[in-house]
Amino acid sequence: MVEVTLWGSLGAAAGGQSKLDIEAKDIRELFRKLSEQYPAFEPLIDRGIAVAIDGTIYRDTWSKELPPGAEIFLLPRLAGG
Amino acid sequence: MNFDPRYSGRSFSSVGTRPIRPDGVDKVTGRARYGADFNMAGQLVGRILRSPHAHAVIRKIDTSKAEKLAGVKAVITAKDLPDLTDGDAAMYDILDNSMARTKALYDGHAVAAVAAIDARTARQALKLIEVDYEVLPHVTDVDEAMKHHAPLINDAIFTEGLEEKPVKPSNVTKRTQYGHGDVHQGFAQADFVVERSFKTEQTHQGYIEPHACVASVNPDGTAELWVCTQGHFVYRQHCAQLLGMEASKLRVTSSEIGGGFGGKTHVWAEPVALALSRKAGRPVKLVMTRDEVFRASGPTSATSIDVKIGAKKDGTITAAEATLRYSCGPYAGMWAEIGAMTAFACYKLENVKTVGYEVLVNRPKTAAYRAPSAPMAAFAVESAVDELAKEIGMDPVDFRIKNAAQEGTRASYGPVYGPIGIGPTLEAVKNHPHMKAPLGLNQGRGMACGFWFNFGGQTCTDLNIGMDGSVSLAVGTVDVGGSRASLSLVAAEELGIDYSHVKAIVADTSSLGYNDMTDGSRGTFSSSMATISAARNAIKVLRERAAQMWDIPVDDVAWEKGHAVAKGEKHGNLGKLSLKEIAASSGKTGGPIAGHSELVADGAGVSFATHICDIEVDPETGSTRVLRYTVVQDAGKAVHPTYVEGQYQGGAAQGIGWALNEEYIYGKDGRLQNPGFLDYRIPVCSDLPMIDTQILEIPNPNHPYGVRGVGETSIVPPLAAIANAVSNAVGVRMTHIPMSPPRILAALEAEREG
Repeated sequence: MVEVTLWGSLGAAAGGQSKLDIEAKDIRELFRKLSEQYPAFEPLIDRGIAVAIDGTIYRDTWSKELPPGAEIFLLPRLAGG
Repeated sequence: MNFDPRYSGRSFSSVGTRPIRPDGVDKVTGRARYGADFNMAGQLVGRILRSPHAHAVIRKIDTSKAEKLAGVKAVITAKDLPDLTDGDAAMYDILDNSMARTKALYDGHAVAAVAAIDARTARQALKLIEVDYEVLPHVTDVDEAMKHHAPLINDAIFTEGLEEKPVKPSNVTKRTQYGHGDVHQGFAQADFVVERSFKTEQTHQGYIEPHACVASVNPDGTAELWVCTQGHFVYRQHCAQLLGMEASKLRVTSSEIGGGFGGKTHVWAEPVALALSRKAGRPVKLVMTRDEVFRASGPTSATSIDVKIGAKKDGTITAAEATLRYSCGPYAGMWAEIGAMTAFACYKLENVKTVGYEVLVNRPKTAAYRAPSAPMAAFAVESAVDELAKEIGMDPVDFRIKNAAQEGTRASYGPVYGPIGIGPTLEAVKNHPHMKAPLGLNQGRGMACGFWFNFGGQTCTDLNIGMDGSVSLAVGTVDVGGSRASLSLVAAEELGIDYSHVKAIVADTSSLGYNDMTDGSRGTFSSSMATISAARNAIKVLRERAAQMWDIPVDDVAWEKGHAVAKGEKHGNLGKLSLKEIAASSGKTGGPIAGHSELVADGAGVSFATHICDIEVDPETGSTRVLRYTVVQDAGKAVHPTYVEGQYQGGAAQGIGWALNEEYIYGKDGRLQNPGFLDYRIPVCSDLPMIDTQILEIPNPNHPYGVRGVGETSIVPPLAAIANAVSNAVGVRMTHIPMSPPRILAALEAEREG
């Protein structure tokens, strides 16, 4: 079980919740369970969500493991110039 | 991916040196081929008809007269670019922006296009296209667009991010909120509070080379696109989807690029060129005029920002709050959200809250511009920080040092920071001679900090070793700031050979696996990671070949300084084999030697900078002159320090233009009044001082050499640093960018009148 903080506009996709407890071992499973539990996440995941694990931001590595006790933030996938 | 991207301290031979840029001679002699320098046999000239109205329903387009004109080979409208986006709202917006479908949404919106045998015929044809418009009320100002009575730009937009779903559509596409703690409680603890409102006007990236492409669709359904872009793989994906093609059938080659700064991360006219070629059955060359570049290729947002910051007498910030409104053009964006994330990222805050509003206006679709959204947020926040320091009676640098974020600080946008450089840049500024230099009459000094995230992303690289021992490095990240030289240095470093033996090229989309856009300061960060990985794979092969040549186990072969070395006493008489010697025998030991790498370069290190600016203001005319400018920024590791310094100087130069001169000016008719470099004036050499730089190197733990992106952060602090300098020079807080002479005079007059 990991605690996930939803940041910015992402909380709205989970009915206004800012934190969720989810049983997931990696980013792939986290996204899958988010989509199952909160369908509003599916288009957001398709559009791109970044995952910060203990401060390091991952944009595409779905195989990245979520260590127990890690601090996990979901962030919008940003644009650069 | 069998590759460890973690930083390991090491000394470098090539990395950190300053060899001559490999593309320099071609660029100064005119041999380098930019977007408009490519031609194909039988090519036609493409031209686009653009709306003269800021907001209008397109009732009917009659192209019959244009089609009958001799020399015209194709005329297209939105009907020739049917909606194949399958409900993908973001792609639909790109499609609609490429060619208006039902409404023209800004002055300059494309409504039709022609391909003809020459430019004259194409221009004539445009004049023969008859468009029946129903002109609608328009709105171009970000604050006006948020008002209830404002003309509605898209009646399908209902604001996202509100607690209750709105029942009426509006021009606000999304509300976002960031922060932590309790700002009300924080402000209650404050001894001093500063609250200010700020505005910034819309600016363009101002790249010298306009958008240009040559599109050729073949009868068998395959196609080629030669184009000036920051990301040819992304252009391939977008164009293929919009035209209903398989991506693999579209080969995209990136030209040299005469500046991008984010403006060439979006497709603009390229889908139109492909549609014209498809209809005409011939190649089509389409080059935007400067007028078109300004009117119809994404400038950055105009903004309206409120900031409130409170602090104790000892200088500790107790709370910080900002409301940020960013214009998006007529399509949804995430510009205010980025502003909300970056606004207070430099500081250690217990109580912080930012709210962003994305606002539609009848202006061109907003695009990224170098650390998009961050400069405006930094302008507002750093201006308020300066004012607060003054109220408390603290030196502005000391005040920032006291409140600077550090490793372990929770960023205002959420995660906790790893090792970061904001504190060191501030200490460097505090000790810099620039801060101690005397100032004269009507002169002021300002400083400010800035932050940018930096990204990594999907990256693919091929490293091929020729039989002569030379190395060809094929990368998929477009070189917008010297990355070919930097990546050659990295390959040379890892292989242990001389830089002159490495040649880096940007491969086309058919020659290499997918690469993300060169944006987010990711080019050198991500491709150097992939280059190190590819080189290590090649070294593995080189060791295997050397083992064959010596007839010893590969585990007994090490790689040192460009040579295979036999390990252990029993191989003591074998000497060394150079890369060149191994390559020369490759035909006998298994064929060509290469290293390949594909990876996702995650873990880009965030970046911070602090700038100092001295400025002189003429109180009679309001004109300004930048006297001295210093950039201090963390690079993680400067692979090619001269390029890093160039990035720092370029960001500062663009920021100077943004702060003092540049602005989109719209008339009451909603039309852009200054779509050219005469009336939209970017700085030229005579406007700029020598820009001093200081590179700090706080290694990024997620890159083998410690590299961070450097391309964007340097444009974040200038607006605020210059505003602080001007405010100190004239004794009036400047709250509106650009600080053009009329605006400075108006501020002085308002101050005199109380």
